[in-house]
Amino acid sequence: MSYAIDHDLAVAWLRATAAAVEQRHQELTELDAAIGDGDHGTNLRRGFAAVTGLLDELDPAAPPGSVLTRAGTTLISKVGGASGPLYGSALRAAGTALPAPTADMMDLAQALRAGLTALQKLGGAAVGDKTMVDAFEPAVAALERAAFDGFTLREASALAAEAAEAGARATIPLEARKGRASYLGRRSIDHQDPGATSTALLFAALAEVSSPH
Amino acid sequence: MKKLINTPESVLDDTLAGIAAAHPELTVDRAARVVHRADAPRPGKVALISGGGSGHEPLHTGFVGPGMLDAACPGEVFTSPVPDQMLAAISAVDGGAGVVFVVKNYTGDVLNFSLAAELAAEQGIEVRTVLVDDDVAVQDSTFTAGRRGTGATVVVEKVCGALAERGAGAAEVASIGELANAASRSFAVALTAATVPAAGKPGFDLPGDEIEVGVGIHGEPGRRREPLRPARELVAEVVETVLADHTLASGDQVIALVNGLGGTPLHELYLVYGEVAARLAERGITIARRLVGNYVTSLDMAGFSLTLTKADPQLLELWDAPVATPALHWS
Repeated sequence: MSYAIDHDLAVAWLRATAAAVEQRHQELTELDAAIGDGDHGTNLRRGFAAVTGLLDELDPAAPPGSVLTRAGTTLISKVGGASGPLYGSALRAAGTALPAPTADMMDLAQALRAGLTALQKLGGAAVGDKTMVDAFEPAVAALERAAFDGFTLREASALAAEAAEAGARATIPLEARKGRASYLGRRSIDHQDPGATSTALLFAALAEVSSPH
Repeated sequence: MKKLINTPESVLDDTLAGIAAAHPELTVDRAARVVHRADAPRPGKVALISGGGSGHEPLHTGFVGPGMLDAACPGEVFTSPVPDQMLAAISAVDGGAGVVFVVKNYTGDVLNFSLAAELAAEQGIEVRTVLVDDDVAVQDSTFTAGRRGTGATVVVEKVCGALAERGAGAAEVASIGELANAASRSFAVALTAATVPAAGKPGFDLPGDEIEVGVGIHGEPGRRREPLRPARELVAEVVETVLADHTLASGDQVIALVNGLGGTPLHELYLVYGEVAARLAERGITIARRLVGNYVTSLDMAGFSLTLTKADPQLLELWDAPVATPALHWS
């Protein structure tokens, strides 16, 4: 195939993310209860339920970028907390970078890099702070390398999903420096970050919907 | 979990229905999730807006009314409100004299209120923000999210509200809020964890004879765990912790807030207040004004927070100004 993402793939990606959040919201909430305030799964579930509703009403001709942008706007206006603005801004920035009806692997990687930049600008977090960025950054880096090497979306997204998952697991020994877990200081050690875990779900969903391609 | 709720999903809406029924003097927009003064907008008056997660009642909806907030934006339980709510609040109460947000320093609150301020600016409405960060339990360094906003929010909202009521400009209102925040320090201890309805169980497990010292207002654990001790010893430690970070000296006056976290009876709070008053008297610090009760709660969490605001004549005068809200009212 000559392109990586189109309208249908963007919609399928968000639906798969919503399904994963629905299936694992309790686990996300439990991770958050350990070091935050215990609402991460509940909040994302509410946001992605709203995104699913939006997807049902979208113009089938809308470019993939506008699917992501509108999903981001929906998350900002439905989720609250920190995860709403962070995921929302990341998806909005990624969507804005994908204006054409189809985009190739490099376009997709660059769009998600733009999403990561927006996320970091808003949250002020870097790799190692025990946040979403710990999963998002390695996933985007994997996509960029794979795009450069000419990999297909299926191969690239599988690598990104693996990198995100490894990044989420790597948050376990870290001491949180951002978000609510940062108030715990050293007591945040030995817990996996809920935001990095949900970010891993986002990239796993991309790999899942890319596998037939 | 044993709670007086219908479903965890409908808690906020059902609570707003109750606030609307109990307080006809307020306007409750359940669709937009905004509670505001019924007489808003008032032309020429700065619009003072606050908000945050639900579960901290009476903060913030209980502080809406003449002399305090023009509008409050309640988010889901322990979750900050979304920018749409702040924009709806602005359109309901903006009297053309500017808008001031009072925001507690929690990542979600800061992000959502900043997004709202950006969106308002695109509509030509300038918003000033007073950030409340009084909790001395948090190390204030560039490596953390910074100190949390807790009990001092009541003081900030009261003095900003009083000044706004007198027709002061937005810059002046924001500036007195910053001053009140800078003059305030808080610290909290929890005897039990809070149970968020959607989670259905306590946010952390605490053995019967242990307490969490240095908690915030969102079910998150504190900075350390200790055995429960007699109130006298516990309060002495809390007072010392607050004073260690304060610039209070003998001869100074304070506004003192002994605040319940939601699950502690008033008799214990008065007992705590007595200990606080004794400790401060030993230091020659005068409690010029005080509040004892549940003002900034954490659902059903047992425990208390102490807030001390170093008071000058201006702050005391604004504190004494008339206020008519569900949770704070004097004339």
